[in-house]
Amino acid sequence: MSGIILVSIGGFFGAISRFVISKRIQSRITTVFPLGTLAVNLTGAFLLGLLTGMQINRHINALLGIGFMGAFTTFSTLKLESEQLRKDKKYKVFYRYLVLSYTLGILFAFLGIIIGRRI
Amino acid sequence: MFIGVLCLVYFLVGIGGIAGSLLRYGLSLLAVHIWGKDFPIGTLLINLSGAFFLGWITSHFVYAKKLHPNLVTALSTGVIGSYTTFSTFCLETVDLFEKSDYLFGILYIAFSLLGGLLFTHLGIQSGRNGKNEVRR
Repeated sequence: MSGIILVSIGGFFGAISRFVISKRIQSRITTVFPLGTLAVNLTGAFLLGLLTGMQINRHINALLGIGFMGAFTTFSTLKLESEQLRKDKKYKVFYRYLVLSYTLGILFAFLGIIIGRRI
Repeated sequence: MFIGVLCLVYFLVGIGGIAGSLLRYGLSLLAVHIWGKDFPIGTLLINLSGAFFLGWITSHFVYAKKLHPNLVTALSTGVIGSYTTFSTFCLETVDLFEKSDYLFGILYIAFSLLGGLLFTHLGIQSGRNGKNEVRR
């Protein structure tokens, strides 16, 4: 039962944070590159890695891991933006966006775990 | 008035975030219960279905303007955005590679990468068909 409440609280703030931060970043750049989503996803991947490496307890994991970071990062928007880039024939940006998201996302999660284990 | 409207969007996105996160939480527990922990099939199914629905919502509502923009944002950015997750995907990939499950790791990346694009495309297509029917 407490899991449901903690995930809800984390999800509420995670979604709002993603909305605000990605919009702020996107409004400051003039290129078509979806930097807002990329920044949010990479930050979230690193922080979830950190959290997982630290292994605090299952309540913190439900609140910040499953709830906040789960909602803060997004897969569907990444795919929708990629698909729109492909449709607009912006292939260079399309490939760059996907390569950067996947390689850096996995790398940042790995670094987060390594650092988290040492804290 | 303007600030009130602005706050409402944030609040609606947050409520959507609760719904999306709980749905993801429940489904991933169910997936572990059914298929176990060898392969992160729960997150994969969640992300692929979310990619489909975001494509569908975008072509069905955003272009057709049938729903209030704030509600569309709550549904797309709030519910679907929070339902799908990128951080868990990254963590699970690292986990597979750390366990030396290289084949599963590569398959997981490939299914997410290509499957996500495919399902978004399919979602956009099926949402568009619905729009045409309504227009007639």
